[in-house]
Amino acid sequence: MKIKATEIVDTFAEAFKMYGTRVIITAETKAWAMAAAQSITGFATSVIGCKCEAGIEQEISADSSPDGRPGVSVLLFAMDADSVGKRLVERIGQCVMTCPTTACYSGLKSEHSVNVGGQLRYFGDGFQISKLLNDKRHWRIPVMDGEFVIDDQFHVQESVGGGNILILGKTQKAALNAANAAVKAMRQLPDIILPFPNGVVRSGSKVGSRYKSLIASTNDAYCPTLRSVSKKTELDKDINCVLEIVIDGLNLEAVETAMRVGIESAIKPGIKQISAGNYGGGLGQYQIQLHELLPQAQ
Amino acid sequence: MALILKLHTQPDVPLEADCICPDKFAQLSLQQVEQLPVFHGNRQVALGDFFHCSGDNDGHIQIEGDISKLKHIGSMMSFGSIRISGSVGVHTGAAMSGGEIIIEGDADDWLGPEMLGGRIVVKGNAGHMVGSGYRGSTVGMQGGEILVLGNVKNETGHVMRRGLIAVNGNAGDFTGVNMLAGNIFVFGEMGIRTGAGMKRGSIVSQTEPQMLPTFSYACRYRPVFLTHYLSYLVESGFSIDPDMTRGEFERWCGDSVELNRGEILFYTGK
Repeated sequence: MKIKATEIVDTFAEAFKMYGTRVIITAETKAWAMAAAQSITGFATSVIGCKCEAGIEQEISADSSPDGRPGVSVLLFAMDADSVGKRLVERIGQCVMTCPTTACYSGLKSEHSVNVGGQLRYFGDGFQISKLLNDKRHWRIPVMDGEFVIDDQFHVQESVGGGNILILGKTQKAALNAANAAVKAMRQLPDIILPFPNGVVRSGSKVGSRYKSLIASTNDAYCPTLRSVSKKTELDKDINCVLEIVIDGLNLEAVETAMRVGIESAIKPGIKQISAGNYGGGLGQYQIQLHELLPQAQ
Repeated sequence: MALILKLHTQPDVPLEADCICPDKFAQLSLQQVEQLPVFHGNRQVALGDFFHCSGDNDGHIQIEGDISKLKHIGSMMSFGSIRISGSVGVHTGAAMSGGEIIIEGDADDWLGPEMLGGRIVVKGNAGHMVGSGYRGSTVGMQGGEILVLGNVKNETGHVMRRGLIAVNGNAGDFTGVNMLAGNIFVFGEMGIRTGAGMKRGSIVSQTEPQMLPTFSYACRYRPVFLTHYLSYLVESGFSIDPDMTRGEFERWCGDSVELNRGEILFYTGK
């Protein structure tokens, strides 16, 4: 399939079942809420090395936030619900509770929940106060600027991680321009995050390594510097830069929509191909076919 | 459609009508409902001696007429609803654990004593001992909520342990006396000795109460958790100064003759 001068490779993105949650952080100002959101989503690019994947979903106006103050919603994903809970306790405890004026709420409704505020409350050293309103418990933990308010339970739901597109450019500049455009468009969408720096990853990985201690290593098939030495190279001679955008979403539809929007936005001069990363279909629970995302182009 | 009880004969003396409750009406025909026993003073009579019964017995009860002499309506109620078109007598909703009672008029003393859950809404005023424990009880209200759009009298929330009592108007003396925990909101004037003997819990006032000497000033700040309660109460029909959600409160801790873990928060302005 070709759109303008860009070929959409007939392949699929291999995505995985993960567990995700939405965290809503509010504060006296948007800047403080964003500071906490940036902190909680730091070092959360890949479950391989960070134990979770997290990103900022969107800003929330004071009118629609839980406590009438400006806020930011964050999505966080891990491989199981318990892991989500552990990461939330660590990250909210270190990155949100520490940030002046913030409060932290669960932003999902689902059958499963994990205890977060109920564990962080012990920081209050016995001075913490529980409040139960409308069958929902939250905690008031005394801190030096007043109180940190946090929900007792955070809801967790089955989600989809590892949706992705690969942008194969003739030059680094062209690939960066296309990736930036794709990220800008995808970040307007709800229920997804792009966990890598500015939404883009250059060190795409394959499963395994010649070194036994590593479970993943560089994706040599897409490294331009290895075109002549890698037996698995997927790159034509005029491709000199590949960038990947990874998408985690609260459901498959959101990931598919983001991939479609990303592909459409990345079709720019200098982009020879748009492809996707997969492991042959043997690992992930979901195979998102690129051509099926763009039926109108066929 | 609810089961409608229409008062046709005003009782001469208080009528003990704890049978007026969705739990006790369950599975009964209208004729059987009318035959349920009530105490008119010290004499046992039938509910039908005072009420016409009509409609569907679907867990919802609508009472029409002035029933300010009826006691114990909705006692031990666990589900459904009771809507009272006028005023109601004492002990309404005693020890109820679920469901909703809506009173369009006033409620007499002992509204929702030792309540465990559910919701009572009074659109008029309520009397003494709202959500309290009975004399000799160590624990009063243990859950649920009582919302009074008018005023209340003395000892609101006496020994309450959990739940929410909110008063849009004024409160009498000894609000939250010996309170164990829970939340009391008063948006009018407070009487004297607010929070006397309280162990834990929150008493929130729109006006500055006369503070007991056993309470100590902590700070002036903006309690974020209050925004949840205030917006909930606005949704429930309370008229609240919108500036309160963005305003500051003084926090006083007490009562130091007890655990000293309770708090009185009063609004100081924007």
